[in-house]
Amino acid sequence: MQALYAQLLVGLINGSFYALLSLGLAVIFGMLNIINFAHGAVYMMGAFVAYFLLNLGGINYWWALLLAPIIVGIFGMILERTMLQWLTGLDHLYGLLLTFGIALIVQGVFQNYFGSSGLPYAIPDQLKGGMNLGFMFLPVYRGWVVVFSLVVCLATWFLIEKTQLGAYLRAATENPTLVRAFGINVPRMITLTYGLGVGLAALAGVLSAPINQVRPLMGADLIIVVFAVVVIGGMGSIMGSIITGFALGVIEGLTKYFYPEASNTVVFVLMVLVLLVKPTGLTGRAA
Amino acid sequence: MTTLTDDTLSVTPRAMRDELIAFAVMALLLASVPFTGVYPFFVMQALCFALLACAFNLLVGYGGLLSFGHAMFLGTAGYCSAHALKVWALPPELGILVGIAAAFVLSIITGFISIRRQGIYFSMITLALSQLLYFIYLQAPFTHGEDGIQGIPQGRMFGIFDLSKPTVLYYVVLVGFLAGFLLIFRIINSPFGEVLKAIRENEPRAISLGYRTDQYKFLAFVLSGTLAGFAGALKVFVAQNASLTDVHWSMSGEVVLMTLVGGLGTIFGPVVGAFVIIAMQQYLAGFGQWVTVIQGSIFVVCVLTFRRGVIGEIAHYFRRSL
Repeated sequence: MQALYAQLLVGLINGSFYALLSLGLAVIFGMLNIINFAHGAVYMMGAFVAYFLLNLGGINYWWALLLAPIIVGIFGMILERTMLQWLTGLDHLYGLLLTFGIALIVQGVFQNYFGSSGLPYAIPDQLKGGMNLGFMFLPVYRGWVVVFSLVVCLATWFLIEKTQLGAYLRAATENPTLVRAFGINVPRMITLTYGLGVGLAALAGVLSAPINQVRPLMGADLIIVVFAVVVIGGMGSIMGSIITGFALGVIEGLTKYFYPEASNTVVFVLMVLVLLVKPTGLTGRAA
Repeated sequence: MTTLTDDTLSVTPRAMRDELIAFAVMALLLASVPFTGVYPFFVMQALCFALLACAFNLLVGYGGLLSFGHAMFLGTAGYCSAHALKVWALPPELGILVGIAAAFVLSIITGFISIRRQGIYFSMITLALSQLLYFIYLQAPFTHGEDGIQGIPQGRMFGIFDLSKPTVLYYVVLVGFLAGFLLIFRIINSPFGEVLKAIRENEPRAISLGYRTDQYKFLAFVLSGTLAGFAGALKVFVAQNASLTDVHWSMSGEVVLMTLVGGLGTIFGPVVGAFVIIAMQQYLAGFGQWVTVIQGSIFVVCVLTFRRGVIGEIAHYFRRSL
């Protein structure tokens, strides 16, 4: 049973990353109509920024948790201003191709300087050790990742669904021209949205740095799984992305326990099954 | 939504004549390669990728469906051909057929699944499916995991052509490429191809005209996947191995890059793009990961400033269809 709970926890942690990443993808897709292929690369950048802050600037994990998403978010906003904005009105697939190119550049540069091996990032002192819950041993840091991700996901949901700013955002998703006519600066909102989505990915990167090592290709394979998560959940609903992300992480964890051979593929197999039964995705409207 | 390709050019008898002249020039140039001292292995490799890119272009350039998983057909056909040649000791022509058949079956299955969603979702689904196959091949015993299937015997095609001789192999690959290219050319100019273009331009209108667009897209997917498989089977004879590289997502990305550089939705663009990218990899091999960075930069530059690609720009400038 210990092993089962341990795998469930690993599943929840992976689920946190899936949720944070697919949430960002959904937010970006809503405003920019672009599938951000560079999402895996900015996730990796988040982890690397945390690593640099610690080893070059002596800035600890807690500051990195705040600063890395901001730094990477600014990087994202520069990308949006200099490149992505020129794709408005073009076919969807150009956005995919452009961000794929950006991902190759970013990952290639990091691979040149850091190779393919992992760099260690220590767990902060306050979150070291573990708790005995009676039925299992819970490493504090892992519990923290799950709880903190959940809080960030819910905060993002609140921001978009319940605040004035979120209302503008949703309105601009539906009809940008009309929203501009009301005097709202939609291009600036688009830039900020991209920054937000990218920042969420970078935050996931910082969270994962002490668990998975900091590697240039840490996001490359992850992003494909997240795409499958997005196909399963659909990008129509924020809450849908969060729930699907966590649920698939848990299912993956359970698979690791019951049938480890399939743990790499279970999300993709589920995607196939969902497409066969309900082609629009679980929460989705028709694309 | 704007169109992917340059459609200011009309399909006329003159366009057909231009394309046939260009084809004859291309065929003559390629046929004369063994007499020029150009490294034949390089050209053969480029030809295999050119066929793959043409097959990919049939789907994206004419059907408007961006597959991000075409490596799965290349790799699957490669593994199956390699297995048939090495373990079952089949002659080359049957080995190729096994590879094509495998890609055909795979494209029916994956097409049935992925065609259910449109646009951006279609790309993500094909990418996820190819990743699924990647993990299956990583674990399956017959692919030998990280090592791949190595030392594949080349044998004698139809019992006559000794494929271990580079010149003979070159002409066999060239004939295979030209046959595949002509088939794609024929498909594009057929009534089926015209309907496909209509669906790409405006699917709701095509539906309202009574076309079952899903069936057309499915057929385009199967044709494209099967032809990509043909490229994969030919590649086995050139590289004499079949490995995980051919199924990896980065391979799918390279195919997209080749087609984009040459020109999406142009007939000769994918061929030019394949030669450009393969040549680039050849010359920049010493630069390690910078090749990835350069490829990424080409993606960015092409999408931002050069969406017609090399052949697309030329065709647009001379107002010819190529």
